[in-house]
Amino acid sequence: MPESVIAIGDALPYLLEGSLVTLIVVVGAMVLGLVLGVPLAAAQVYGPPVLRRLIGLYVWFFRGIPLLVFLFLFYFGLCTALDVNLSAFTVAIIVLGLISSAYQSQIFRGAILSLPEGQFKAARALGMSDLKAICFIVLPQALRLSIPGWSNEYSIILKDSAVTYALGVAEIMARAHFVATRTYQQLPLYLAAGVIFLILTYAGTKGLRLLEEKVRIPGYSPQGF
Amino acid sequence: MPTPILRIENVSKRYGKKDVLKGVSLTVNKGDLKILIGPSGAGKSTLLQCINFLVKPDEGRIWLDGQEVHYAHKRDLYAYRQKVGMIFQDFNLFDHLNALENVRIGMVKVRGMGNPEAKERAVMELERVGLREHMYKYPAQLSGGQKQRVSIARALAMDPKVMLLDEPTSALDPELIGEVHSVIRDLGNNGMTMIMATHQIGFASSLANEIIFMEDGRILERGTPEMIFCHAENARTREFCSKITELYGETR
Ligand SMILES: Nc1ncnc2c1ncn2[C@@H]1O[C@H](COP(=O)(O)OP(=O)(O)OP(=O)(O)O)[C@@H](O)[C@H]1O
Ligand SMILES: [Mg+2]
Repeated sequence: MPESVIAIGDALPYLLEGSLVTLIVVVGAMVLGLVLGVPLAAAQVYGPPVLRRLIGLYVWFFRGIPLLVFLFLFYFGLCTALDVNLSAFTVAIIVLGLISSAYQSQIFRGAILSLPEGQFKAARALGMSDLKAICFIVLPQALRLSIPGWSNEYSIILKDSAVTYALGVAEIMARAHFVATRTYQQLPLYLAAGVIFLILTYAGTKGLRLLEEKVRIPGYSPQGF
Repeated sequence: MPTPILRIENVSKRYGKKDVLKGVSLTVNKGDLKILIGPSGAGKSTLLQCINFLVKPDEGRIWLDGQEVHYAHKRDLYAYRQKVGMIFQDFNLFDHLNALENVRIGMVKVRGMGNPEAKERAVMELERVGLREHMYKYPAQLSGGQKQRVSIARALAMDPKVMLLDEPTSALDPELIGEVHSVIRDLGNNGMTMIMATHQIGFASSLANEIIFMEDGRILERGTPEMIFCHAENARTREFCSKITELYGETR
């Protein structure tokens, strides 16, 4: 199949550029999800009941509606209705980030709840405010425990990011599709796109695994024993 | 003339329908060591946690050094808690910090001390509890007795005026109890004011100036170790004392 090999070879630089776009979207969404997800989780565990309920609604909302619906709602719906001019790329990061914040908040919440309660008590007994105890005692441990869940979340967002092709974001899938329909080399190009996703998944989860190793608390083995 | 340092008046706490503390009053003088004894569920832990408001009492007032504590004012509450050290049965060390950082963090984040100064003090406190050579170990790398000594150092670094100890040796293997007792004994000899719940009556009677017997949310009887352990007036006190003497009597 020399023709298909040539087709991939020709398209490769173009696809790799696309994987850069994909990566920026994914990392942007992960960071946005982290920045929103941590306070959401802390407030859901330690906040007053009203706040907890509101966050429950937020999580339900962002986990309950399909990504594609959100993308269209935001990009074609909201942006037009409010007359704001955001690029498809920006909308992709915001929408993926908001959805991820809902999932990440639940990863962090689970981690917080799995910590022994006594440490929070001991921190307050030293005279720390709740906020200080959360920032200096609870979160450093909860975030460590969240890395495996985070790794999972990364691979999900990575794959979800392909859907943003529907808005015209020039990521891997959009580019593969573009070249495939022009050269009639569908099989090799979609295969190449798949392989690039596999490599990105591997690299990301491997990286997070190394991070987990690096920040592990001495004396604790991976499974906690 | 003894000076009262901590005064607790009529502290009550209920959980749902259950009155866990029914108006407990207590005056502690400087340098006192008061021992709380009583059966499980008597309210000892609840009382100790009400004293530093980790559990909010439903009623009652508390004075430290003649100043009433207004715990609804966060700032006053945090300042008060710094002056009241708390030692827990299961240590509650911060798992992500080594021994040194466990002792240092309160000084840095609560007292606002600079890092070098706090470190120096932390090393000193760890030395005092005999753990200087273990200061870079993490909680998971320490024995139970060592963990409890780190938690004592952590409390001492805040310069507390009173220490509350809730069964500090109950979670320890028998052979580790002695090292923690000897640290507490040193504290007492150096004039630290303490309220301690414990079942170790041998240790308690050798140090305490008062034994307080609690049952069902009340103080039933109080007096010198000699009075409580040998000539208790209340039948319940006698019964309880003979039971724990049998169980824990020999440990010192
Ligand atoms: N958070 C809580 N919610 C409901 N009930 C509680 C709570 N904490 C304590 N209690 C109840 O209050 C009573 C007193 O408990 P407390 O822990 O103060 O007893 P204790 O004297 O320390 O007992 P032990 O010797 O077992 O430590 C018990 O009946 C307990 O079940
Ligand atoms: Mg108790």
